[in-house]
Amino acid sequence: MPVIKVDGKDYEVAEGGNLLESCLGLGLDLPYFCWHPAMGSIGACRQCAVVQYQNEEDTRGRIVMACMTPVTDGAIFDLSGERASGFRQTVVESLMVDHPHDCPVCAEGGECHLQDMTVMTGHRDRHYRGTKKTYRNQYLGPLIHHEMNRCITCYRCTRFYRDYAGGTDLAALAAHDHVYFGRHREGTLESPFAGNLVEVCPTGVFTDKSLVHDYTRKWDLQSAPSVCTSCGVGCNTLPGERYGRLKRIHNRYNPAVNGYFLCDRGRFGGTHVNAESRIDFPAQRDSEGRFQALTDEACARALRDRLQGKRLAGIGSPRAGAEANLLLQRLVGAENYASGMADDEHALMQRALAHLVNSTAHNPSLREIESADAVLLLGEDLTHTAARTALALRQAVRNEAHRLAEELRLAPWQDAAIRNLAQDRRSPLHVVCAGSTDLDDIAAGHYRLVAADQARLASDIAAIIRGEARSDGAAARIAADLLAAERPLVLSGPGAGSAALLDGAAAIAEALVAAGKAAMLSFTAAECNSMGQALLCRDSHIALAALASTDAEVLIILENDLLRRLPMASVEALRARIPTWIGIDCLENDTLARCDLVLPAAAFTETEATYINQEGRAQRAFPTHPPAEARRPAWRWLLDLARAAGDRTLSGIGHFDDIGVTLAGEDPLLQGIASAAPDHSFRSRGLKIPRQPHRYSGRTAMRADVSVHEPRQTDDADSALAFSMEGSATTDRPGALLSYVWSPGWNSNQSLHKFQSEIGGALRGEGSGLRLLDSLAVAAATPAPLPEAFSRREQEWLLQARHHLFGSDELSRLGSGIEALTGRAAIYLHPEDASRLGLEAGDGAVIAGAALEVRLDPSQVPGSAGFSTGYPETLALRSGEWVNIDVASDWQRQPELIGSDRGAAS
Amino acid sequence: MSELPLTRNVRPDRSPTDLAAYEANGGYQGLRRAMAGMSPADCLEVVKDSNLRGRGGAGFPTGMKWSFVPMENVSPGHKYLICNADEMEPGTFKDRMLLECDPHQLIEGMILAAYTIGADVAYIFIRAEYLKAARLLREAIAEAKIRNYLGHDILGSGYSLAMHVHASAGRYICGEETALISSLEGKRANPRAKPPFPQVSGLWGRPTIVNNVETLCNIPHIIERGPEWFASLGRGDDAGTKLFGVSGRVNNPGCWEMPMGTTIREILEDKAGGMVAGYGLKGFLPGGGSTDFLVEEHLDLPMEYETIGKAGSRMGTGTMIVLDDKTCPVGFVKNLIEFFAQESCGFCTPCRDGLPWNAQVLDDIEEGRGTPEDLDTLEQHISYIGAIGNTHCALAPGAMEPLQSALKYFREDFQRHIDGGACPYREAH
Ligand SMILES: Cc1cc2nc3c(=O)[nH]c(=O)nc-3n(C[C@H](O)[C@H](O)[C@H](O)COP(=O)(O)O)c2cc1C
Ligand code: SF4
Ligand code: SF4
Ligand code: SF4
Ligand code: FES
Repeated sequence: MPVIKVDGKDYEVAEGGNLLESCLGLGLDLPYFCWHPAMGSIGACRQCAVVQYQNEEDTRGRIVMACMTPVTDGAIFDLSGERASGFRQTVVESLMVDHPHDCPVCAEGGECHLQDMTVMTGHRDRHYRGTKKTYRNQYLGPLIHHEMNRCITCYRCTRFYRDYAGGTDLAALAAHDHVYFGRHREGTLESPFAGNLVEVCPTGVFTDKSLVHDYTRKWDLQSAPSVCTSCGVGCNTLPGERYGRLKRIHNRYNPAVNGYFLCDRGRFGGTHVNAESRIDFPAQRDSEGRFQALTDEACARALRDRLQGKRLAGIGSPRAGAEANLLLQRLVGAENYASGMADDEHALMQRALAHLVNSTAHNPSLREIESADAVLLLGEDLTHTAARTALALRQAVRNEAHRLAEELRLAPWQDAAIRNLAQDRRSPLHVVCAGSTDLDDIAAGHYRLVAADQARLASDIAAIIRGEARSDGAAARIAADLLAAERPLVLSGPGAGSAALLDGAAAIAEALVAAGKAAMLSFTAAECNSMGQALLCRDSHIALAALASTDAEVLIILENDLLRRLPMASVEALRARIPTWIGIDCLENDTLARCDLVLPAAAFTETEATYINQEGRAQRAFPTHPPAEARRPAWRWLLDLARAAGDRTLSGIGHFDDIGVTLAGEDPLLQGIASAAPDHSFRSRGLKIPRQPHRYSGRTAMRADVSVHEPRQTDDADSALAFSMEGSATTDRPGALLSYVWSPGWNSNQSLHKFQSEIGGALRGEGSGLRLLDSLAVAAATPAPLPEAFSRREQEWLLQARHHLFGSDELSRLGSGIEALTGRAAIYLHPEDASRLGLEAGDGAVIAGAALEVRLDPSQVPGSAGFSTGYPETLALRSGEWVNIDVASDWQRQPELIGSDRGAAS
Repeated sequence: MSELPLTRNVRPDRSPTDLAAYEANGGYQGLRRAMAGMSPADCLEVVKDSNLRGRGGAGFPTGMKWSFVPMENVSPGHKYLICNADEMEPGTFKDRMLLECDPHQLIEGMILAAYTIGADVAYIFIRAEYLKAARLLREAIAEAKIRNYLGHDILGSGYSLAMHVHASAGRYICGEETALISSLEGKRANPRAKPPFPQVSGLWGRPTIVNNVETLCNIPHIIERGPEWFASLGRGDDAGTKLFGVSGRVNNPGCWEMPMGTTIREILEDKAGGMVAGYGLKGFLPGGGSTDFLVEEHLDLPMEYETIGKAGSRMGTGTMIVLDDKTCPVGFVKNLIEFFAQESCGFCTPCRDGLPWNAQVLDDIEEGRGTPEDLDTLEQHISYIGAIGNTHCALAPGAMEPLQSALKYFREDFQRHIDGGACPYREAH
């Protein structure tokens, strides 16, 4: 390892890094703006300047940019001397020439990297006497607020948006000191990762719109480590709360999963917890069918009345935590417990699980996905089903660039140089999907096929790789690219609804391993705990469709809207069959409306829970704040239900960690869930870990309208975290307990490097969840029959689900701002099919009773019809069904709004 | 008088030399010679031996620059030659003469350069306003193709080259070679960090050479007549001839080819005809708008890279801007800084936000609002912006050169503005 001299002291640093990373890694404070640990260096801001000397005799030295300077053995630097620090001060002073100094009304204030760096450089007095320039801000959609005057022109936003995330509609415009970061014209930012601008921008140009309108300083936010519940990727998040409201969600760094970035569904979808439709009190239906709130006592009595001595059945939920599901499974008995996924999806997830466990190919983490040097994506429009994984694939295709860079001995952090060198040369990505996808722009090939043909193609590819078949078509091209790679990745998922496709994906990965490749196999999962439910039900389970033929008297439904899982008729039949329904959930829905007893669940920001992501990684989420009103965590309701039912097996469970300890036994799955994070007895330096930063203010004032006495802070007996500002917030606390990032002088999220043992690498406190599949045994899946090739029908259309980042997921679609982006549920037709039907874009079409907006898409396979899945209007539609399409009468076409109108409307 | 190869086809009326006239005057002989039996390595050797230095401003030895282009074990793909015809340096109008009067000379030079480095595609990146030159070049390229000087299998040598003219969208920074490459790729004209140098990763990430028009125009003559002949053209250490220009209040502003090493006085007095009556010489920027002032005492220095460098300035483009004694040096420098501030690409902080700040301070001084501290601010900015390496490219340090030397030679003028609260030159008019 090279030894460098900084300010006269020798330091050993990692080979191949740049000086800025090395200094930050050594704990030396060196200001910077444009460098980003995940995006490397470009040398634009000139903020990280130091003086470098040629040798010991060199007394003059020269200014160099630390982020652009490789560390070489024997290099000598002056970081804190007058020349270097004077230069850095002048850089900040010139950046501030036009800055509006509106910190008091800026949503970034208090966590602003520009504030921090200004203080760090020591700049104080302003010398510039000229006028400041003023920009016009843009309406950028309902999620992100734009205030260009605060820009310091570091280019981070466009580098993230365009270079890293592949967006095209945000750009650096104009030149000299008028450079403008915005869109060519006002309008909603198109990238599904646009929300990261809020964290990437070191100032308050891009801020979270809902936070701007419902404002709280970072230091006044209470936050806890959480996990995104909006899809199966399991990104780690930091929700922030005040006054009982979720104010915003920030990224929580996890080196193995989401790294520094989230998708916008995850970032903005969480505010559904603030919705008006939250359930506040337990309620029971009266004789007229209306719900009447119950007191605690009345509720306990009602539960006893309804449960004692009754035969129970339960429906779990892929969006509820593992613990609550486990309790329900134990309470009703595994044979009376349904995973809560739709039956077809349940079967697909079991199959995916069996393949992942039994495949000799590696099941990669998200970080490992980024290392793939060839990718085959089967049946998923990944940007809409597992957005953060799509972002990882955007990095994977750059491995060819890194290979080229190595030839020229360019370090991986030399971002601009590598992009210029590689241009559009990419590692191959082949996308097989029912229509165009949002990764087609970087794909070496895309193949638009309906699910049956996708499965057939996959089977052909596997046969070619095994050497059993030949072709010179698409299958051969894809096989050749995978075989030319060292770490090929095959990625599929339940999105296409095809068992044979999952088998095909697994077969390809298997064949690649046999061909000597370090192949990887990965499957997406639709919801935050779909994989957990597949695991929990791996041995025993009852299908939803079979529940109606049991003799259960009480059905307990955990955080699940059955109308999303079963046809309406089946729900009605089930309701007619089982006399008592008890529903536990946080937001009103059509299932709760059918329940006899409704129990208000804490939302994901109010309860501790373990979620198991698509990779089989168990990750713990902690409540950001205690639930208000009579809301309680689902696991607590389930303990109450057990007590009411007279179940003794669960009676030993007092707090959250007991669930694992009591129930795990020899089951490696449950043991794993229990050890996903340090338990409630964990202490840092003998203290609990605070959820509130030490500058948290207004503890008394906040409720002075009620009482002027400072309230006792709610005790959190269930975890090592405290609902308090007292405690130990060291930078080496376990990653699973990282309630906020802050370090002296580093108020923004840039302080994260203080928590890392290596810049962009592991956390000092380790802990990024626990991988469960590596140590489990699951029976191999019986191969699914290969479907017939697709052939179109005269009057019928084959339905193919289309997933929408904003809209297809049940709860995130209710997040503030997101409602405006979900749009109408739509049907996608090939233009020729549409004209055959006499339909035009924007018209209405009726499919199985649902009226949907028609969109024309030349990428739709003729004879098939895509539909927006997961929308209330389309819950009755199933992928793979043949349907008639009729013209909707009295259909209102959507009026076209122009950007400025929308701006005025927001 | 010694030989002046670059302008031998320049007619008094500045009308263009067509292919026939160019050939009749010995044109394309260098190319014929090379194609008939010189290998690329032979050509490189000749250019290296000639000691030709780049005429675009930095004076880098051309042969050495070419030698960095990988010739063996290159991954398959294109290599590029780019002619930098952006010529937007204030006070510089030398390339224009070569482009408009003798396009084939440039084309022949480019073919030879491309052949030497193994490029198969060549671009002429031309200043947006040079419409006439762009048209003439396109016509000349078409003529050259017909004669098989360009295109497939040139003169039966087996070597092929495509040549295109690309008009700049009109920013000064596009003349900086890496910004030029970005611009040619259709991106923002932001310069690129080096390394990697364009010689290994340039246009579209491929090996690329960027040379100035005048540099390339020397090549046919060097190949045809040899390095010794070329060296003999210069009067002193530097080889060849150079186009020198003068603008400002002189009797005969213009542009002339003269031997390297010609003294400044000869250029100013013999060619430019000295100062207009009633005006005295206060100083001059010897090599265009981004070089340091020299003054009276430097008049007898020869225009040579080393000599001008030692005197505290740069040869730059070799085109002088003369400051007379009736023009306010503060206003003169402000005007230049405003130009450079306006032309900053906006990539790096010291240039983007520092140059306008200096323009503002100079404006205050010129308008009589200056304070003594303003001079400190200017001095501070000279070390902040003015050193190569402090900024991402050489635009900003170049921009500060006139200011830095004005403070050295004409500090009194700045002081008089501040003390008197007004511009002393205004009354003089
Ligand atoms: C701001 C800036 C503008 C420049 N403009 C030009 C130009 O217009 N023409 C030119 O030939 N070189 C220009 N250069 C120099 C080029 O970067 C490059 O050094 C030159 O084209 C190399 O050619 P040569 O080696 O033949 O001199 C400029 C440099 C800078 C920093
Ligand atoms: S908007 Fe923010 S990220 Fe973009 S350049 Fe300006 S300060 Fe940097
Ligand atoms: S990719 Fe999935 S888990 Fe990650 S932030 Fe988006 S919705 Fe949440
Ligand atoms: S010095 Fe910086 S801002 Fe100025 S032109 Fe060069 S790169 Fe652009
Ligand atoms: S962080 Fe090094 S130049 Fe911006």
